[in-house]
Amino acid sequence: MSDGLAIRLRGVVKRYGAITAVDHLDLDVPVGTCVGLLGPNGAGKSTTMRILTAQSIADEGEIEVLGFRLPRESKAARAECGVVPQLDNLDTTLTVQQNLLVFTHLYRIGRADRAEAIERALKMANLVDRRDTRVDKLSGGMRRRLLIARALVHRPRLVLMDEPTVGLDPQVRQELWALIDALRSEGTTILMSTHYIEEAQRLADTVLIMSHGSAVAAGPPAELVTKHAGSQVLEVYGPPTRLAEVESEAGAAGLRTRRTGTSISVLGVDANGDHSFEGERRPANLEDVFVLLTGEEID
Amino acid sequence: MAAATSPRLGRLERPALTGVLVREVVNFSSFWRSTTFSSTVEPTIYLLAFGFGFGALVGRIEGHRTIDFIATGTVATAVLFSAAFPAMFGTFVKYQFQRTYDAILAAPVDTEELVTAEALWIATRAGLYGCVPLLVAMAFGLNPSWGMLVVPLIAWTAGFGWACFGITVAGFAKSFENFNYIVSAVLTPLFLVAGTFFPLSRLPRWGQVLGELNPLHHCVQLVRDAVFGFAGWVDLARYGALVLFGLAMWRLAIHAMERKLID
Repeated sequence: MSDGLAIRLRGVVKRYGAITAVDHLDLDVPVGTCVGLLGPNGAGKSTTMRILTAQSIADEGEIEVLGFRLPRESKAARAECGVVPQLDNLDTTLTVQQNLLVFTHLYRIGRADRAEAIERALKMANLVDRRDTRVDKLSGGMRRRLLIARALVHRPRLVLMDEPTVGLDPQVRQELWALIDALRSEGTTILMSTHYIEEAQRLADTVLIMSHGSAVAAGPPAELVTKHAGSQVLEVYGPPTRLAEVESEAGAAGLRTRRTGTSISVLGVDANGDHSFEGERRPANLEDVFVLLTGEEID
Repeated sequence: MAAATSPRLGRLERPALTGVLVREVVNFSSFWRSTTFSSTVEPTIYLLAFGFGFGALVGRIEGHRTIDFIATGTVATAVLFSAAFPAMFGTFVKYQFQRTYDAILAAPVDTEELVTAEALWIATRAGLYGCVPLLVAMAFGLNPSWGMLVVPLIAWTAGFGWACFGITVAGFAKSFENFNYIVSAVLTPLFLVAGTFFPLSRLPRWGQVLGELNPLHHCVQLVRDAVFGFAGWVDLARYGALVLFGLAMWRLAIHAMERKLID
Protein backbone atom coordinates (compact mmCIF):
# COMPACT_ATOMS: atom_id res chain seq x y z
CA MET A 1 0.00 0.00 0.00
CA SER A 2 1.26 3.43 -0.84
CA ASP A 3 2.43 5.39 2.21
CA GLY A 4 0.43 3.42 4.73
CA LEU A 5 -2.86 4.31 3.12
CA ALA A 6 -5.74 1.86 3.03
CA ILE A 7 -7.56 4.07 0.52
CA ARG A 8 -6.06 6.60 -1.83
CA LEU A 9 -8.22 8.55 -4.28
CA ARG A 10 -6.80 11.19 -6.59
CA GLY A 11 -8.92 13.39 -8.84
CA VAL A 12 -11.84 10.96 -8.94
CA VAL A 13 -14.74 12.07 -11.09
CA LYS A 14 -18.07 10.31 -11.59
CA ARG A 15 -20.72 11.76 -13.85
CA TYR A 16 -24.30 10.68 -14.48
CA GLY A 17 -25.21 12.54 -17.64
CA ALA A 18 -25.10 16.23 -16.85
CA ILE A 19 -24.77 15.62 -13.11
CA THR A 20 -21.33 15.31 -11.58
CA ALA A 21 -21.84 13.15 -8.52
CA VAL A 22 -18.16 13.06 -7.53
CA ASP A 23 -16.03 15.97 -8.64
CA HIS A 24 -12.23 15.61 -8.57
CA LEU A 25 -12.23 13.98 -5.17
CA ASP A 26 -8.98 13.34 -3.31
CA LEU A 27 -9.20 11.10 -0.26
CA ASP A 28 -6.63 9.45 1.99
CA VAL A 29 -7.58 6.87 4.59
CA PRO A 30 -4.53 5.89 6.65
CA VAL A 31 -4.37 2.31 7.92
CA GLY A 32 -5.85 1.89 11.38
CA THR A 33 -7.90 5.08 11.37
CA CYS A 34 -11.57 5.91 11.07
CA VAL A 35 -12.33 8.50 8.44
CA GLY A 36 -15.77 10.05 8.17
CA LEU A 37 -17.26 11.37 4.95
CA LEU A 38 -19.64 14.05 6.13
CA GLY A 39 -22.16 15.66 3.87
CA PRO A 40 -25.86 16.07 3.19
CA ASN A 41 -27.87 13.77 0.94
CA GLY A 42 -26.62 14.11 -2.62
CA ALA A 43 -23.11 15.17 -1.59
CA GLY A 44 -21.58 12.16 -3.36
CA LYS A 45 -20.85 10.00 -0.32
CA SER A 46 -22.72 6.90 -1.46
CA THR A 47 -21.32 7.18 -4.99
CA THR A 48 -17.83 7.33 -3.49
CA MET A 49 -18.60 4.18 -1.51
CA ARG A 50 -19.86 2.43 -4.65
CA ILE A 51 -16.72 3.46 -6.52
CA LEU A 52 -14.64 1.82 -3.79
CA THR A 53 -16.37 -1.52 -4.39
CA ALA A 54 -16.32 -1.06 -8.19
CA GLN A 55 -20.11 -1.07 -8.34
CA SER A 56 -19.66 2.35 -9.83
CA ILE A 57 -16.84 2.98 -12.28
CA ALA A 58 -15.18 6.39 -12.06
CA ASP A 59 -14.89 8.41 -15.26
CA GLU A 60 -11.55 9.89 -14.22
CA GLY A 61 -8.95 9.62 -11.49
CA GLU A 62 -6.83 7.08 -9.63
CA ILE A 63 -8.27 4.72 -7.06
CA GLU A 64 -6.24 2.46 -4.82
CA VAL A 65 -7.79 0.27 -2.12
CA LEU A 66 -5.50 -1.78 0.13
CA GLY A 67 -2.81 -1.46 -2.51
CA PHE A 68 -5.03 -2.71 -5.34
CA ARG A 69 -5.75 -0.53 -8.36
CA LEU A 70 -9.45 -0.15 -9.10
CA PRO A 71 -11.46 -1.07 -11.02
CA ARG A 72 -9.02 -3.64 -12.52
CA GLU A 73 -8.11 -5.31 -9.22
CA SER A 74 -11.31 -4.58 -7.35
CA LYS A 75 -12.13 -8.22 -6.76
CA ALA A 76 -8.93 -8.73 -4.79
CA ALA A 77 -9.62 -5.55 -2.84
CA ARG A 78 -13.20 -6.63 -2.07
CA ALA A 79 -11.90 -9.92 -0.66
CA GLU A 80 -10.25 -7.91 2.09
CA CYS A 81 -12.98 -5.32 2.63
CA GLY A 82 -16.22 -5.47 4.55
CA VAL A 83 -19.15 -3.38 3.39
CA VAL A 84 -22.04 -2.17 5.53
CA PRO A 85 -24.64 -0.82 3.09
CA GLN A 86 -26.96 2.08 3.70
CA LEU A 87 -29.99 0.01 2.76
CA ASP A 88 -30.71 -3.30 4.42
CA ASN A 89 -30.05 -6.14 1.95
CA LEU A 90 -30.15 -9.13 4.27
CA ASP A 91 -31.92 -12.32 3.23
CA THR A 92 -35.04 -11.86 5.29
CA THR A 93 -36.36 -15.42 5.11
CA LEU A 94 -33.09 -16.81 6.44
CA THR A 95 -31.95 -16.93 10.04
CA VAL A 96 -29.19 -14.75 11.43
CA GLN A 97 -26.77 -17.68 11.31
CA GLN A 98 -27.73 -18.64 7.75
CA ASN A 99 -27.08 -15.08 6.58
CA LEU A 100 -23.60 -15.24 8.08
CA LEU A 101 -23.02 -18.73 6.68
CA VAL A 102 -23.73 -17.51 3.14
CA PHE A 103 -21.17 -14.77 3.52
CA THR A 104 -18.52 -17.09 4.92
CA HIS A 105 -18.77 -18.81 1.54
CA LEU A 106 -18.86 -15.59 -0.46
CA TYR A 107 -15.77 -14.38 1.41
CA ARG A 108 -14.06 -17.73 0.86
CA ILE A 109 -13.53 -18.70 4.48
CA GLY A 110 -12.30 -22.28 4.62
CA ARG A 111 -14.62 -25.03 5.83
CA ALA A 112 -12.60 -25.51 9.05
CA ASP A 113 -12.84 -21.84 9.99
CA ARG A 114 -16.47 -21.11 9.13
CA ALA A 115 -18.07 -22.04 12.44
CA GLU A 116 -15.56 -20.00 14.39
CA ALA A 117 -15.98 -16.99 12.08
CA ILE A 118 -19.76 -17.10 12.51
CA GLU A 119 -19.44 -17.44 16.27
CA ARG A 120 -17.07 -14.50 16.47
CA ALA A 121 -19.35 -12.32 14.34
CA LEU A 122 -22.41 -13.27 16.41
CA LYS A 123 -20.61 -12.37 19.64
CA MET A 124 -19.28 -9.12 18.28
CA ALA A 125 -22.77 -8.04 17.19
CA ASN A 126 -24.33 -9.37 20.38
CA LEU A 127 -26.63 -11.67 18.41
CA VAL A 128 -25.64 -15.03 19.89
CA ASP A 129 -29.12 -15.56 21.38
CA ARG A 130 -30.73 -14.66 18.06
CA ARG A 131 -28.74 -16.99 15.83
CA ASP A 132 -31.79 -19.05 14.89
CA THR A 133 -34.17 -16.12 14.52
CA ARG A 134 -35.35 -15.28 11.02
CA VAL A 135 -34.19 -11.86 9.92
CA ASP A 136 -37.74 -10.64 9.29
CA LYS A 137 -38.40 -11.16 13.01
CA LEU A 138 -35.50 -8.93 14.12
CA SER A 139 -35.76 -5.30 15.21
CA GLY A 140 -34.22 -2.55 13.08
CA GLY A 141 -31.27 -2.24 15.43
CA MET A 142 -30.57 -5.98 15.38
CA ARG A 143 -30.70 -6.02 11.59
CA ARG A 144 -28.15 -3.21 11.49
CA ARG A 145 -25.93 -5.12 13.91
CA LEU A 146 -26.25 -8.18 11.70
CA LEU A 147 -25.23 -6.12 8.66
CA ILE A 148 -22.10 -5.07 10.53
CA ALA A 149 -21.44 -8.65 11.67
CA ARG A 150 -21.83 -9.85 8.08
CA ALA A 151 -19.30 -7.28 6.91
CA LEU A 152 -16.82 -8.44 9.54
CA VAL A 153 -17.24 -12.20 9.26
CA HIS A 154 -13.98 -12.57 7.28
CA ARG A 155 -11.93 -10.18 9.46
CA PRO A 156 -11.52 -7.52 6.77
CA ARG A 157 -8.62 -5.10 6.82
CA LEU A 158 -10.91 -2.29 5.77
CA VAL A 159 -14.58 -1.67 6.53
CA LEU A 160 -16.72 0.63 4.41
CA MET A 161 -19.84 1.84 6.19
CA ASP A 162 -22.40 3.79 4.21
CA GLU A 163 -24.60 5.71 6.63
CA PRO A 164 -24.49 2.90 9.21
CA THR A 165 -27.05 4.42 11.58
CA VAL A 166 -29.39 6.19 9.18
CA GLY A 167 -33.05 5.93 10.13
CA LEU A 168 -32.41 4.41 13.56
CA ASP A 169 -33.70 5.80 16.84
CA PRO A 170 -31.17 7.53 19.14
CA GLN A 171 -30.84 4.61 21.55
CA VAL A 172 -30.05 2.10 18.80
CA ARG A 173 -27.68 4.59 17.23
CA GLN A 174 -25.76 4.78 20.52
CA GLU A 175 -25.49 0.96 20.55
CA LEU A 176 -24.06 0.96 17.07
CA TRP A 177 -21.65 3.75 17.88
CA ALA A 178 -20.31 1.62 20.72
CA LEU A 179 -19.88 -1.25 18.28
CA ILE A 180 -18.09 0.88 15.69
CA ASP A 181 -15.98 2.47 18.40
CA ALA A 182 -14.89 -0.99 19.57
CA LEU A 183 -13.84 -1.87 16.03
CA ARG A 184 -11.92 1.35 15.75
CA SER A 185 -10.15 0.65 19.04
CA GLU A 186 -9.06 -2.72 17.70
CA GLY A 187 -7.30 -0.92 14.86
CA THR A 188 -9.68 -1.79 12.02
CA THR A 189 -9.52 0.78 9.25
CA ILE A 190 -12.95 2.32 8.71
CA LEU A 191 -14.34 4.64 6.10
CA MET A 192 -17.77 5.77 7.17
CA SER A 193 -20.15 8.08 5.38
CA THR A 194 -22.67 9.92 7.46
CA HIS A 195 -24.84 12.98 7.52
CA TYR A 196 -25.00 12.96 11.31
CA ILE A 197 -22.62 15.57 12.72
CA GLU A 198 -22.45 13.88 16.12
CA GLU A 199 -21.59 10.55 14.55
CA ALA A 200 -18.67 12.02 12.65
CA GLN A 201 -17.48 14.00 15.64
CA ARG A 202 -17.60 11.02 18.01
CA LEU A 203 -16.24 8.26 15.81
CA ALA A 204 -13.97 9.72 13.15
CA ASP A 205 -10.28 10.43 13.60
CA THR A 206 -10.47 12.50 10.44
CA VAL A 207 -13.48 14.05 8.77
CA LEU A 208 -13.77 14.90 5.10
CA ILE A 209 -16.56 17.35 4.47
CA MET A 210 -18.20 16.83 1.09
CA SER A 211 -20.52 19.09 -0.82
CA HIS A 212 -21.72 18.69 -4.40
CA GLY A 213 -19.29 15.83 -4.96
CA SER A 214 -16.19 17.69 -3.81
CA ALA A 215 -14.13 17.70 -0.64
CA VAL A 216 -14.32 21.13 0.93
CA ALA A 217 -12.22 20.44 4.05
CA ALA A 218 -10.48 17.59 5.77
CA GLY A 219 -8.88 17.07 9.16
CA PRO A 220 -9.48 15.86 12.71
CA PRO A 221 -12.88 17.13 13.90
CA ALA A 222 -11.48 19.30 16.70
CA GLU A 223 -8.89 20.80 14.40
CA LEU A 224 -11.50 21.60 11.74
CA VAL A 225 -13.70 23.28 14.34
CA THR A 226 -10.89 25.39 15.78
CA LYS A 227 -9.58 26.31 12.35
CA HIS A 228 -12.87 27.35 10.81
CA ALA A 229 -15.23 28.25 13.66
CA GLY A 230 -12.99 29.04 16.65
CA SER A 231 -13.76 27.57 20.03
CA GLN A 232 -16.79 29.62 21.03
CA VAL A 233 -19.97 30.61 19.23
CA LEU A 234 -22.42 33.24 20.35
CA GLU A 235 -26.03 32.36 19.68
CA VAL A 236 -28.07 35.56 19.38
CA TYR A 237 -31.87 35.38 19.44
CA GLY A 238 -34.26 38.10 18.36
CA PRO A 239 -36.64 39.35 15.72
CA PRO A 240 -35.48 39.26 12.08
CA THR A 241 -34.50 42.95 12.11
CA ARG A 242 -32.25 42.41 15.13
CA LEU A 243 -30.67 39.35 13.55
CA ALA A 244 -29.98 41.34 10.40
CA GLU A 245 -28.29 44.06 12.49
CA VAL A 246 -26.14 41.51 14.30
CA GLU A 247 -25.17 39.92 10.98
CA SER A 248 -24.12 43.27 9.63
CA GLU A 249 -22.22 44.30 12.76
CA ALA A 250 -20.47 40.93 12.98
CA GLY A 251 -19.45 41.23 9.35
CA ALA A 252 -18.03 44.67 9.99
CA ALA A 253 -16.09 43.27 12.98
CA GLY A 254 -14.62 40.54 10.79
CA LEU A 255 -16.67 37.77 12.39
CA ARG A 256 -18.39 35.02 10.46
CA THR A 257 -22.04 34.24 11.06
CA ARG A 258 -24.59 31.60 10.20
CA ARG A 259 -28.36 31.85 10.37
CA THR A 260 -30.04 29.06 12.30
CA GLY A 261 -33.78 29.69 12.07
CA THR A 262 -34.77 32.04 14.89
CA SER A 263 -31.20 32.88 15.84
CA ILE A 264 -27.90 33.83 14.36
CA SER A 265 -24.62 32.21 15.34
CA VAL A 266 -21.61 34.48 15.56
CA LEU A 267 -18.50 32.39 15.16
CA GLY A 268 -15.02 32.90 16.53
CA VAL A 269 -16.12 35.21 19.33
CA ASP A 270 -13.28 33.91 21.52
CA ALA A 271 -10.74 35.36 19.13
CA ASN A 272 -12.40 38.73 19.04
CA GLY A 273 -13.90 39.95 22.29
CA ASP A 274 -14.54 43.43 20.95
CA HIS A 275 -18.25 43.30 20.16
CA SER A 276 -21.51 44.32 21.69
CA PHE A 277 -23.62 41.23 21.05
CA GLU A 278 -25.56 39.61 23.79
CA GLY A 279 -26.45 35.97 23.55
CA GLU A 280 -25.71 32.45 24.68
CA ARG A 281 -22.20 31.16 24.36
CA ARG A 282 -21.71 27.56 23.31
CA PRO A 283 -18.75 25.54 22.04
CA ALA A 284 -18.30 25.62 18.28
CA ASN A 285 -19.01 22.33 16.53
CA LEU A 286 -18.65 20.56 13.21
CA GLU A 287 -22.07 21.72 12.10
CA ASP A 288 -20.85 25.33 12.29
CA VAL A 289 -17.89 24.36 10.16
CA PHE A 290 -20.05 22.50 7.69
CA VAL A 291 -22.50 25.35 7.21
CA LEU A 292 -19.70 27.88 6.96
CA LEU A 293 -17.83 25.95 4.33
CA THR A 294 -20.69 24.72 2.23
CA GLY A 295 -23.50 27.17 2.84
CA GLU A 296 -25.79 24.17 3.34
CA GLU A 297 -27.62 22.99 6.42
CA ILE A 298 -27.09 19.37 7.32
CA ASP A 299 -29.31 16.73 8.94
CA MET B 1 3.45 -0.50 4.40
CA ALA B 2 4.02 -3.71 2.53
CA ALA B 3 2.58 -4.00 -0.94
CA ALA B 4 -0.68 -5.86 -1.37
CA THR B 5 0.05 -9.56 -1.18
CA SER B 6 -3.19 -11.13 -2.44
CA PRO B 7 -2.99 -12.22 -6.05
CA ARG B 8 -5.25 -10.63 -8.60
CA LEU B 9 -8.32 -12.82 -8.71
CA GLY B 10 -9.43 -14.32 -11.98
CA ARG B 11 -12.68 -14.73 -13.89
CA LEU B 12 -15.32 -17.34 -13.21
CA GLU B 13 -13.68 -18.67 -10.08
CA ARG B 14 -15.12 -21.71 -8.41
CA PRO B 15 -15.25 -20.16 -4.89
CA ALA B 16 -17.29 -17.22 -6.20
CA LEU B 17 -19.70 -19.52 -8.05
CA THR B 18 -19.95 -21.75 -4.98
CA GLY B 19 -20.68 -18.76 -2.74
CA VAL B 20 -23.61 -17.65 -4.89
CA LEU B 21 -24.86 -21.23 -5.24
CA VAL B 22 -24.72 -21.76 -1.48
CA ARG B 23 -26.84 -18.66 -1.03
CA GLU B 24 -29.39 -20.04 -3.47
CA VAL B 25 -29.45 -23.47 -1.87
CA VAL B 26 -29.82 -22.05 1.66
CA ASN B 27 -32.61 -19.77 0.47
CA PHE B 28 -34.27 -22.60 -1.44
CA SER B 29 -34.47 -24.58 1.79
CA SER B 30 -36.98 -22.01 3.03
CA PHE B 31 -39.33 -22.13 0.01
CA TRP B 32 -38.71 -25.43 -1.81
CA ARG B 33 -42.15 -26.81 -1.04
CA SER B 34 -44.11 -24.09 -2.82
CA THR B 35 -41.69 -23.96 -5.77
CA THR B 36 -41.69 -27.72 -6.18
CA PHE B 37 -45.46 -27.80 -5.94
CA SER B 38 -46.01 -25.21 -8.69
CA SER B 39 -43.22 -26.53 -10.90
CA THR B 40 -44.54 -30.08 -10.85
CA VAL B 41 -48.30 -29.70 -10.53
CA GLU B 42 -48.65 -27.19 -13.37
CA PRO B 43 -47.08 -29.31 -16.14
CA THR B 44 -48.79 -32.37 -14.75
CA ILE B 45 -52.18 -30.69 -15.13
CA TYR B 46 -51.27 -29.71 -18.69
CA LEU B 47 -50.22 -33.25 -19.40
CA LEU B 48 -53.34 -34.84 -17.97
CA ALA B 49 -55.74 -32.30 -19.45
CA PHE B 50 -54.27 -32.33 -22.95
CA GLY B 51 -53.20 -35.95 -22.85
CA PHE B 52 -56.57 -37.34 -21.88
CA GLY B 53 -58.59 -34.53 -23.48
CA PHE B 54 -56.95 -34.78 -26.89
CA GLY B 55 -56.36 -38.46 -26.36
CA ALA B 56 -60.10 -39.06 -26.40
CA LEU B 57 -60.34 -37.29 -29.79
CA VAL B 58 -57.05 -38.31 -31.34
CA GLY B 59 -55.88 -41.81 -30.55
CA ARG B 60 -52.30 -41.49 -31.81
CA ILE B 61 -49.97 -38.72 -32.99
CA GLU B 62 -47.07 -39.64 -35.27
CA GLY B 63 -47.54 -43.24 -34.23
CA HIS B 64 -47.39 -42.59 -30.49
CA ARG B 65 -50.18 -42.59 -27.91
CA THR B 66 -51.38 -39.00 -27.48
CA ILE B 67 -50.53 -38.91 -23.77
CA ASP B 68 -46.99 -40.15 -24.51
CA PHE B 69 -46.57 -37.62 -27.30
CA ILE B 70 -47.74 -34.77 -25.08
CA ALA B 71 -45.80 -36.00 -22.03
CA THR B 72 -42.53 -35.83 -23.93
CA GLY B 73 -43.42 -32.35 -25.15
CA THR B 74 -44.50 -31.18 -21.72
CA VAL B 75 -40.95 -31.75 -20.43
CA ALA B 76 -39.89 -28.72 -22.45
CA THR B 77 -42.83 -26.72 -21.15
CA ALA B 78 -41.90 -27.60 -17.57
CA VAL B 79 -38.32 -26.54 -18.26
CA LEU B 80 -39.49 -23.25 -19.72
CA PHE B 81 -41.83 -22.55 -16.82
CA SER B 82 -39.32 -23.48 -14.15
CA ALA B 83 -36.41 -21.61 -15.75
CA ALA B 84 -37.54 -18.47 -17.60
CA PHE B 85 -40.16 -17.32 -15.10
CA PRO B 86 -38.13 -17.67 -11.87
CA ALA B 87 -35.17 -16.08 -13.64
CA MET B 88 -37.20 -13.09 -14.81
CA PHE B 89 -39.09 -12.41 -11.62
CA GLY B 90 -36.43 -13.60 -9.18
CA THR B 91 -33.66 -11.55 -10.74
CA PHE B 92 -35.80 -8.44 -10.88
CA VAL B 93 -36.83 -8.77 -7.23
CA LYS B 94 -33.27 -9.43 -6.12
CA TYR B 95 -31.77 -6.36 -7.69
CA GLN B 96 -34.69 -3.97 -7.52
CA PHE B 97 -36.32 -4.66 -4.18
CA GLN B 98 -34.11 -6.89 -2.04
CA ARG B 99 -30.81 -5.39 -3.26
CA THR B 100 -29.33 -8.86 -2.83
CA TYR B 101 -26.94 -8.36 -5.72
CA ASP B 102 -25.46 -5.24 -4.15
CA ALA B 103 -24.55 -7.36 -1.14
CA ILE B 104 -23.06 -10.13 -3.26
CA LEU B 105 -21.08 -7.79 -5.50
CA ALA B 106 -19.53 -6.16 -2.44
CA ALA B 107 -17.88 -9.55 -1.82
CA PRO B 108 -15.22 -10.92 -4.21
CA VAL B 109 -17.79 -11.91 -6.82
CA ASP B 110 -18.13 -10.36 -10.28
CA THR B 111 -21.31 -9.91 -12.28
CA GLU B 112 -20.22 -12.66 -14.67
CA GLU B 113 -19.90 -15.11 -11.77
CA LEU B 114 -23.14 -13.94 -10.20
CA VAL B 115 -25.12 -14.43 -13.42
CA THR B 116 -23.46 -17.74 -14.19
CA ALA B 117 -24.14 -19.18 -10.74
CA GLU B 118 -27.75 -17.99 -10.77
CA ALA B 119 -28.30 -19.57 -14.19
CA LEU B 120 -26.60 -22.81 -13.16
CA TRP B 121 -28.84 -23.09 -10.13
CA ILE B 122 -32.04 -22.39 -12.05
CA ALA B 123 -30.96 -24.82 -14.78
CA THR B 124 -30.39 -27.52 -12.19
CA ARG B 125 -33.85 -27.01 -10.76
CA ALA B 126 -35.35 -26.97 -14.25
CA GLY B 127 -33.45 -30.15 -15.14
CA LEU B 128 -35.07 -31.93 -12.21
CA TYR B 129 -38.56 -30.44 -12.51
CA GLY B 130 -38.53 -31.07 -16.24
CA CYS B 131 -38.48 -34.80 -15.63
CA VAL B 132 -41.73 -34.79 -13.65
CA PRO B 133 -44.07 -35.08 -16.70
CA LEU B 134 -42.16 -38.16 -17.83
CA LEU B 135 -42.58 -39.76 -14.43
CA VAL B 136 -46.29 -38.97 -14.46
CA ALA B 137 -46.61 -40.38 -17.99
CA MET B 138 -44.81 -43.54 -16.91
CA ALA B 139 -47.44 -43.93 -14.21
CA PHE B 140 -49.99 -43.75 -17.05
CA GLY B 141 -48.29 -46.35 -19.20
CA LEU B 142 -45.33 -44.72 -20.97
CA ASN B 143 -42.71 -47.39 -21.50
CA PRO B 144 -39.35 -46.68 -19.87
CA SER B 145 -36.34 -46.50 -22.17
CA TRP B 146 -32.59 -46.07 -21.74
CA GLY B 147 -32.75 -42.82 -23.67
CA MET B 148 -34.76 -41.30 -20.84
CA LEU B 149 -31.56 -41.15 -18.83
CA VAL B 150 -30.32 -38.23 -20.95
CA VAL B 151 -33.54 -36.24 -20.48
CA PRO B 152 -32.20 -34.46 -17.34
CA LEU B 153 -29.16 -33.35 -19.37
CA ILE B 154 -31.36 -32.07 -22.20
CA ALA B 155 -33.63 -30.33 -19.69
CA TRP B 156 -30.63 -28.85 -17.88
CA THR B 157 -29.12 -27.51 -21.09
CA ALA B 158 -32.40 -25.97 -22.23
CA GLY B 159 -33.00 -24.71 -18.68
CA PHE B 160 -29.66 -22.92 -18.67
CA GLY B 161 -30.59 -21.10 -21.87
CA TRP B 162 -34.05 -20.15 -20.61
CA ALA B 163 -32.66 -19.07 -17.24
CA CYS B 164 -30.19 -16.78 -19.02
CA PHE B 165 -33.04 -15.56 -21.23
CA GLY B 166 -35.04 -14.68 -18.09
CA ILE B 167 -32.07 -12.92 -16.49
CA THR B 168 -31.53 -10.95 -19.71
CA VAL B 169 -35.16 -9.85 -19.75
CA ALA B 170 -34.93 -8.83 -16.09
CA GLY B 171 -31.71 -6.96 -16.82
CA PHE B 172 -33.36 -4.84 -19.48
CA ALA B 173 -36.75 -4.45 -17.75
CA LYS B 174 -37.61 -1.22 -16.05
CA SER B 175 -40.62 -2.58 -14.20
CA PHE B 176 -42.59 -5.78 -13.64
CA GLU B 177 -45.09 -4.61 -16.24
CA ASN B 178 -42.43 -4.97 -18.94
CA PHE B 179 -42.61 -8.73 -18.46
CA ASN B 180 -46.14 -8.76 -19.91
CA TYR B 181 -44.72 -7.94 -23.34
CA ILE B 182 -42.22 -10.79 -23.13
CA VAL B 183 -44.76 -13.32 -21.88
CA SER B 184 -47.37 -12.39 -24.50
CA ALA B 185 -45.18 -11.64 -27.48
CA VAL B 186 -42.30 -14.06 -27.00
CA LEU B 187 -42.91 -16.90 -24.57
CA THR B 188 -46.50 -17.74 -25.45
CA PRO B 189 -45.86 -18.03 -29.22
CA LEU B 190 -42.68 -20.04 -28.57
CA PHE B 191 -44.62 -22.29 -26.23
CA LEU B 192 -47.39 -22.89 -28.76
CA VAL B 193 -45.11 -23.36 -31.77
CA ALA B 194 -42.74 -25.85 -30.21
CA GLY B 195 -44.39 -29.10 -31.23
CA THR B 196 -45.51 -29.81 -27.69
CA PHE B 197 -49.16 -30.53 -28.45
CA PHE B 198 -49.06 -31.19 -32.20
CA PRO B 199 -46.29 -31.92 -34.73
CA LEU B 200 -44.81 -28.89 -36.45
CA SER B 201 -45.31 -30.71 -39.77
CA ARG B 202 -49.01 -29.74 -39.49
CA LEU B 203 -48.08 -26.05 -39.71
CA PRO B 204 -47.64 -24.15 -42.98
CA ARG B 205 -44.09 -24.04 -44.32
CA TRP B 206 -43.28 -20.67 -42.80
CA GLY B 207 -44.51 -21.92 -39.44
CA GLN B 208 -42.24 -24.92 -39.68
CA VAL B 209 -39.26 -22.70 -40.47
CA LEU B 210 -40.05 -20.46 -37.50
CA GLY B 211 -40.46 -23.55 -35.35
CA GLU B 212 -36.96 -24.73 -36.26
CA LEU B 213 -35.65 -21.42 -34.90
CA ASN B 214 -37.44 -22.01 -31.61
CA PRO B 215 -35.08 -23.46 -28.96
CA LEU B 216 -38.09 -24.92 -27.16
CA HIS B 217 -38.88 -27.00 -30.25
CA HIS B 218 -35.39 -28.51 -30.19
CA CYS B 219 -35.86 -29.41 -26.56
CA VAL B 220 -39.25 -31.01 -27.35
CA GLN B 221 -37.83 -33.03 -30.24
CA LEU B 222 -34.74 -34.11 -28.32
CA VAL B 223 -36.79 -35.36 -25.38
CA ARG B 224 -39.19 -37.14 -27.75
CA ASP B 225 -36.32 -38.79 -29.59
CA ALA B 226 -34.61 -39.71 -26.33
CA VAL B 227 -37.76 -41.50 -25.23
CA PHE B 228 -38.86 -43.04 -28.54
CA GLY B 229 -35.51 -43.46 -30.29
CA PHE B 230 -32.69 -41.09 -31.27
CA ALA B 231 -32.47 -39.66 -34.79
CA GLY B 232 -28.65 -39.55 -35.02
CA TRP B 233 -27.00 -36.39 -36.39
CA VAL B 234 -30.25 -34.48 -36.40
CA ASP B 235 -30.46 -34.81 -32.63
CA LEU B 236 -26.83 -33.86 -32.25
CA ALA B 237 -27.54 -30.74 -34.28
CA ARG B 238 -30.57 -30.02 -32.11
CA TYR B 239 -28.45 -30.37 -28.97
CA GLY B 240 -25.87 -28.08 -30.56
CA ALA B 241 -28.61 -25.53 -31.16
CA LEU B 242 -29.57 -25.69 -27.48
CA VAL B 243 -25.94 -25.24 -26.46
CA LEU B 244 -25.59 -22.27 -28.81
CA PHE B 245 -28.80 -20.77 -27.48
CA GLY B 246 -27.49 -21.19 -23.93
CA LEU B 247 -24.11 -19.63 -24.72
CA ALA B 248 -25.62 -16.68 -26.56
CA MET B 249 -28.14 -16.04 -23.78
CA TRP B 250 -25.44 -16.43 -21.13
CA ARG B 251 -23.30 -13.66 -22.63
CA LEU B 252 -26.35 -11.49 -23.20
CA ALA B 253 -27.47 -11.99 -19.59
CA ILE B 254 -24.05 -10.96 -18.30
CA HIS B 255 -24.11 -7.88 -20.50
CA ALA B 256 -27.62 -6.94 -19.37
CA MET B 257 -26.83 -7.37 -15.70
CA GLU B 258 -23.51 -5.52 -15.89
CA ARG B 259 -25.42 -2.65 -17.42
CA LYS B 260 -27.94 -2.82 -14.61
CA LEU B 261 -25.67 -3.41 -11.63
CA ILE B 262 -22.51 -1.48 -12.45
CA ASP B 263 -22.90 2.20 -13.26
